[in-house]
Formats: sequence, C-alpha cells, structure tokens
Amino acid sequence: MTRSKSKPRPKTEPNPTDAAFDAAAAAYEQAGDMFQLIAPDGTSTGAGELPDPETRLRLYREMRRARHFDERGWVLYRQGRLGVFPPFGGMEASQVGTAAALTADDWLFPTYRDTGAALTLGLPIARALAYWRTSPHGWAMPENLKVLPFYIPIATQYPHAVGAALAEKRKGTKNVAMAYIGDGGSSEGDFHEALNFAGALEAPCVFILQNNGWAISVPTRSQTKATNLSKRADGYGIPGVRVDGNDVLATYHVTREAVERARRGEGPTLIETVTYRVKPHTVADDPSRYRTDADNEGWDAKDPVLRLQTHLMSEGLLTAESEAALLKEVADEFEAALKEADSYPDPEPAEILDHVFAEPTPQLRRQREQILSEQDSNKDNA
Amino acid sequence: MTATAPKTDTKTMTMIAAINNALDLALEQDDTVHIFGEDVGVMGGVFRATDGLQAKYGIDRVFDTPLAEAAIVGMGIGMGLAGLKPVAEIQFAGFLYPALDQVLSHLGRYRHRTRSRYHLPMVVRAPYGGGVHTPEQHADSPEAILAHTPGIKVVIPSTPADAKGLLLSAIHDPDPVFFFEAIKLYRSVKEDVPVGDYRIPLGKARIVTEGDDVTVICYGGMVEVAQKAAAAAQSAGIGVEVIDLRTLVPLDTDTILASVQKTGRAVVVTEAPRTGGFHSEISAVIAEEAIEFLRAPIIRVTGFDAPYPPFTAIEDVYRPNAVRVARAIKSVMGY
Repeated sequence: MTRSKSKPRPKTEPNPTDAAFDAAAAAYEQAGDMFQLIAPDGTSTGAGELPDPETRLRLYREMRRARHFDERGWVLYRQGRLGVFPPFGGMEASQVGTAAALTADDWLFPTYRDTGAALTLGLPIARALAYWRTSPHGWAMPENLKVLPFYIPIATQYPHAVGAALAEKRKGTKNVAMAYIGDGGSSEGDFHEALNFAGALEAPCVFILQNNGWAISVPTRSQTKATNLSKRADGYGIPGVRVDGNDVLATYHVTREAVERARRGEGPTLIETVTYRVKPHTVADDPSRYRTDADNEGWDAKDPVLRLQTHLMSEGLLTAESEAALLKEVADEFEAALKEADSYPDPEPAEILDHVFAEPTPQLRRQREQILSEQDSNKDNA
Repeated sequence: MTATAPKTDTKTMTMIAAINNALDLALEQDDTVHIFGEDVGVMGGVFRATDGLQAKYGIDRVFDTPLAEAAIVGMGIGMGLAGLKPVAEIQFAGFLYPALDQVLSHLGRYRHRTRSRYHLPMVVRAPYGGGVHTPEQHADSPEAILAHTPGIKVVIPSTPADAKGLLLSAIHDPDPVFFFEAIKLYRSVKEDVPVGDYRIPLGKARIVTEGDDVTVICYGGMVEVAQKAAAAAQSAGIGVEVIDLRTLVPLDTDTILASVQKTGRAVVVTEAPRTGGFHSEISAVIAEEAIEFLRAPIIRVTGFDAPYPPFTAIEDVYRPNAVRVARAIKSVMGY
C-alpha cells in the first residue's frame, strides 16, 4: 500500500528490541501513518492517483445522500416519525468510500451505524427509514442486493461475512463479502475469530474497522492498549491497512485495492478507517456525560463532505449551481422515499409469528390461533 | 404414527456408521452440502462421524476449521445465507457454549429478520450426554437451551436407523436444525439400516412399545433406559407405552396426548439437569391439555441441578437408569 507523501513515515522504522521503541511508536502515531489522498484543505497529497472525475462526483453525491439521511433522521426522530437511530454524520467518507468499491453482486454486512454504507450499495432510502421505524418493511431486504439488515449485536456479523465469502469462493464466483465493525467491536472474540478464519480459509473478505474513537462512552484509549488497530491483522497473517477515514477518495482507493485482491483469490484484508463519532451514540444519547468539546476538537475541520466539496470546487468539478442542483435532487429523493415509507402499512398482530420456519410448527399454528382469537375478543369488547 | 424404516436393501450399522452413511449420501446428493468443524477432515471426527468423507468429496466440501466454535457456527450462518447447506460439527455439546451468541442472536432469527429473503438450511451436529465416563464438560445435555430458542429445530435420535432418516431430513430442511447424538449410543447398538435415501419427518414421535397403564416419554440416550424399565414393568404386569420424541422442535404433542389420554399416567425421562429442562415443558403440555385424564401426578426422572459429574465411580447416580425409571413407573401406578 502506498503511503501519503504529506504524512511521511519516520525515517527510522521502530525496532522492537530498541529501548526507544515506545518513543518511536509514538512518533509513528503522530505522523498518522495513514493513507490519504486529499488533505483536510482539499488539496491532493500526491500519495496516489485520484479516481476519475465521474467517480469523485459519484462519491460526493453518495456522501450527500448519506448526510441528508442523517440530518433529516434527527428531525424526524424529534417529530416522532423515526425511532431511536444511531447517527453517522461525520463518518460518511468511511462508509461511502468503502461500500462504493462493491458491486451489487457482493455482500454487505452493516452494523447499526452503517446506514450510509447500505444506502451507497443501493438499499432504498424507504427501506432504511422503515428499519429505523421498527417496521417489518425495513427487514425485507431487496432481492437484487445482498445487503443484510443492520446488525445490532456487536461483531457477530464478522464470521457471517467469512461464510458468505467462502460460499462465493466455493461456487466459483469472484464476489466478495464486506463487513463493518467499530473500534469497540474489535475487542470482541468474533472479530478475532473471523479474521483468523478468513486468513486460514483464504476467504474473499474485506473487513472495515471504523475507528471512530468511541464505543458509546468508552474512548478507544480505554478500549485497548493498541494504538494502530490495522495492525491487528498482523496476528492473523493478513494485510492491514490504515486510512484516513474522513478522506473518501482514500477510503475508496484502499478498499478497491482490497476488493480486487479478494477477487483475485488473494484473501482478506483488514482496513482501519480513522474517523470520529462527532454525533452521540444514538439520538437518545447524552455524550456530555462522558466527553467534552475538547475531545471533539479539530474534527469539524476534517469534515469529510466539506473536504471533498472544497476539492471538487477547486478542481472546477463542482460549482455553486451544480451543488445547489445536487442538494435539491438529494432532498427530493429523500422526501419521495419518506412518502413511500409513510405508505407502508403497520403489521398485523399475527405477523409476529410469520417467517419463523418455512412451515409453521403445530405450536406456532396454535399460537397464531390464540393471537387471532384474542384479537377477535378484543374487538368484541371494544 | 409408528414410522419404520423400509426393510429393503439394509445393512447392519451402528449409529455412528448410520450418521456417516447419511452424511455421505447428503454430500453425494447435493453439491451445496458442506461439512466442517474441528478435526472432521483428515481425521474424520473424534467419533469418526465424517470418516472417509474428505477423501471421497475433497477438501472444499469436508474441511477442518480453526478451533473456535463461535466462528464455526457464525461462518456456517454466512454460508447458509449465501445458498449453501452447511453441516457443522461441534465436537461435544459441552463445547457449544462459545457459539451460543451466534446461535441465540442469529441462527434462529434469519428467516424472521429478513422476512424470508434469507433462510438458513444449516445443521449443527453435536455429540451429547453421559454414560461413557468422559472427562469434565464432555457429557452435557443442553437441548433445552436450543428448544427454548425460537427458529431452531431440535432433533435427537435414539437408534441407528432413526439417526440416518432424521439426519437426512435435517440436512434437507430449509431451516436450522440442531442434531444431538447420544455418545452412549454411537457404538452400543446395531440394527439394520436402509442403505439408500430415506427420510423420517421431523415432528413425528415414535411409539417404541405399546402399553395401556403408563406412558414414558423420552428421547435420545434415555430411550434404551426407558425400554429396560418398561420390560421390567411388563414382567410385573404393567403395560408401559414408551414414546421416543425424536424431535423436541417441532414437538409431536398429538402422540404424547393420545397416549396419556389412554394410560392416564406419565413419566418423563431425560438426563438433563432438572430445573427448566425440556421434561418440564412436556409435563406442562400434559398438565394443560390432559389433566382430566391423569390418575397420578406426572413424574420427571432427570439429572440433577448440579454439573454433570466426571467422577466415574458415581457418574451413574446422576444419569437416570432403568431402576430409577422403574421406580417412577411403580410410583405412578401406586398413587
């Protein structure tokens, strides 16, 4: 993996036997040691070739769609039109750049914070809204996509991605499986077991570890002594890549490389996207209980959407007019989707027993009769 | 209700041979069937359930995994999502616990949480139960945990022929099935088993012996124990109907209730710990649906609320035997 020229590695590689190892490691961290294509001011770092203009504009559009969902989500939540949902504003580059490297034939295993990734792969906005409205319509994933409903338990999706990837390999396709996790999730056994399985079985997986600094209230420094989570890959003999998670061109670049590796049969990659959870854990969370403004300092200036916007404008790929037109398209698309989500009917009580088995057991049949008869008697009493 | 195997083209097999035969047949019938777990490949499994299968079908179809039960089940879930039929082996049921997060959080939920967009035609096989003086942790009976988990079927055979017919049904079932195999029965019983494909439907109990006085309900390793107790009772003039449930989920309540309505007495036998065991569910079903037919309280003959003992000298105190079951039969007769 090529490294950013603007953030050079220290000239002397850390030597584990050296007494100055800790100091060297600290310097290493200071330098960032993460792949970056455009700096926060939107200028190219020269670390690698930028994607073509069309792709850059596509990534910008996807980030705008994701941000719009996140911002409207807050409003809808306050209006009582959306349930509790975990915002991801500020993490758009980490989600969009990675998911955009997939095709509709690939698998996506998102966590609850990865609505932006799922939308990028093509999950209809209306379905995502329905999911966060706790409607079964949000569980019925589209037939033309291999995206799973958001994972609520932590890290359990990682072994699933290994299995899906291995199945694609056994079937002789070139399709890959991508799974997301956070810095907190990388403490779970399933994370480590999955990396080990994927390595040992050479499963075509791309593991995205979004290091956003916080696992609800616990900062990464309390989560682990490790300071570079991409190095967790070393323990499993697979490549680990660290990338600026607020630089969508960089996340796209490294993820495409990892996806291509997997398609070529060269096995899995772990990608750590270094980003920040600017927002609370969920819309119902109060971060003032565990962090201060000082903790968040500097991250607004690294905003991934504004970074690419600045870049595109300075390159003449985006103008005030085309930006306004894009924002209007994005807003219109969202409102149309909201209307569609509003049209989804509430489920009937007996639907809680649907889809347990292909063929309901006698027990489930009796329980359905019970629900239906209780409904009838409720009606009679009304 | 008594489903017996067809008697043509049979071969005498132990239960482990019948299981191996079923897996062989499933691999042959269906390219999507994949078998994996700890030591199932080259070695053929610690009990030899997969003996010879890797050599016959290749390392892609029958393979060893790293040693991590959660990822074995978790990876199987992913394979199932992607259209394969995963058949995982957990080396002992007592080693299942690291995988319970995957089992409870996901295995039984996938059809439900995707409104049938995805389903998991997965089988998890695990040797279970005591009676063979295994070390600590090797003799657990955790079937009630699985039966209590929505979306998962639970199958526990008691004979070689049943093991084959039920395992083939489990592998071809569109939903997840836990298949518990009584270690005690792996090699202790031989019978004629059809060599070809045959399936025993899940959810149909087997009436092992007919009788008019007492119903004994059991499954897996307890069936032979109940049979011995029934034979003893028979010699004393007590007619015992032994019901082998075969599957806990779906549960064949019709067969249980029809028998209890006839006999008016029920003894439920498992080797699992007593509190919260599946025997309690069976007892509750009888109490709810057939209490007016009962002439005596339902009696549970079970393990105890202590970990299964690895102490060879006193292991037999824990695991129900024919004497304990016969005493329970006597007790309900004398009520």
